[in-house]
Amino acid sequence: MGEDILSDIKRDYVLSKLGEDERVDGRKLDEYRNIEIETGIISKAEGSALVRIGNTQVVVGVKMQPGEPYPDTPDTGIIITNAELVPLASPTFEPGPPDENSIELARVVDRGIRESEAIDLKKLVIDEGKVWIIFIDIHALDDDGNLMDASSLGAISALLTTTVPAEKFDTGDNYPLPVRDLPVSITSLVADGKILIDPSRDEMSIGHRLITITSDQKDNIVSIQKSGSYHLTEEKFYELIEISLTKSKEIRDMLGKI
Amino acid sequence: MSDEMNDEMQLIVDGKRLDGRKFDELREVKIETGVLKRADGSCYLEMGNNKMIAAVYGPREAFPRHMQDPSRAIIRYRYSMAPFSVDERKRPGPDRRSVEISKVSREAFELVVMKELYPRSGIDIFVEVLQADAGTRAACINAASVALVDAGIAMKGIVTSVAIAKVNGEIVLDPFKEEDNYGEADMPFAFVIRDGEIKSIGLLQMDGKLSYDEIRKGLEMAKKGAMEIYRLQREAIIRKYSLEEVE
Repeated sequence: MGEDILSDIKRDYVLSKLGEDERVDGRKLDEYRNIEIETGIISKAEGSALVRIGNTQVVVGVKMQPGEPYPDTPDTGIIITNAELVPLASPTFEPGPPDENSIELARVVDRGIRESEAIDLKKLVIDEGKVWIIFIDIHALDDDGNLMDASSLGAISALLTTTVPAEKFDTGDNYPLPVRDLPVSITSLVADGKILIDPSRDEMSIGHRLITITSDQKDNIVSIQKSGSYHLTEEKFYELIEISLTKSKEIRDMLGKI
Repeated sequence: MSDEMNDEMQLIVDGKRLDGRKFDELREVKIETGVLKRADGSCYLEMGNNKMIAAVYGPREAFPRHMQDPSRAIIRYRYSMAPFSVDERKRPGPDRRSVEISKVSREAFELVVMKELYPRSGIDIFVEVLQADAGTRAACINAASVALVDAGIAMKGIVTSVAIAKVNGEIVLDPFKEEDNYGEADMPFAFVIRDGEIKSIGLLQMDGKLSYDEIRKGLEMAKKGAMEIYRLQREAIIRKYSLEEVE
């Protein structure tokens, strides 16, 4: 109950600031928090990255192993994306099997990678009936808002530094995983007719009213997910696409440096 | 979804789709209200080769009790596919896709159901896909909307859903299985319709590759398609409930 009152106060504060086009942490409405990306932090993984967006922290590890392709796509490799919202990351996360939020998180990240065709799955065939399976595992460490973008960034950063472990499985020499696009997702909070890019935990107190728009290098939209129960108008939707395309370029420049 | 694939899959021939439809044409939609005896509200819906049935139970006491909200009803939505609804038998029970579809569909209905009228109660919406042919989440939402009305749940509007897709470079309305499988993009919408007008977007997802202009074109097409479905939803409800008045 105590938390409820606190969050009510927080919400009123966030909304009153927003009335003057200000945010509680002093950012502009379209300003992203500081992003830090560290790669290669887990040597046991084929690729890994720790991403910080403000205080939000996510670790993503990539593991690869040979396996059987799906019967309907015998000539393509496989990507499997999973997300764990472990209880250490937030007082509201509970142990147990993935709930709808972690499933949604994993599936939206997966769609960004898959639909941008960042990984050429046709190149992941080892032999007939044998392909590489890429496991992308997202581990949230600290949820201070916008786990979605932190996870997407973590996934592509980890893939960019992934070495295909061919020697370990006696299928030739190790080689870097070819990555041919850089999908970037931009999540915004839609509230009171305003768009807040990269919402923080405090800002989420005004409600789970999110939309994630992922784009590729050529400004194609590759994935959209409206998340939360709220009315989205057509005008706001178009505005969101434009903002997301602009912002994603800035972040893609960072990825280019990995 | 690669270019080679598109060359192989010719989905548009002489400006027509493989099933003979125009780009902005819906599949045939059939809706029947009140098809289940035990449920408080129900609906059977066909959309092309899709067949689904929706049931609404409630408002009823919400269980488990700790889930109850003293100020409003909680809404649950369960999208489920029958094992025989697809070519390759689907393992029964919820998979990750169903969990995600259930979540975003529920969020759309939470916008229209007047939850504050039913404190402490639960409103359960169950939708079963009996036969799947692409666009099942949209068809299920359309069926669930009618079932909610049939159950007499107070609502501020109705939710109507339809998808658009990009196939062979063209934006098309309401894709069927082949277009969904071999198309370049899929974008399902659900709109909140009130007083015969689209008020907002309640559900929006997309995957594939679309430019900004294609998205605009798709949204316009989806709005037009949704209004057609909305009229059929209305007709189905009126068909069931106007009999007494006529007599």
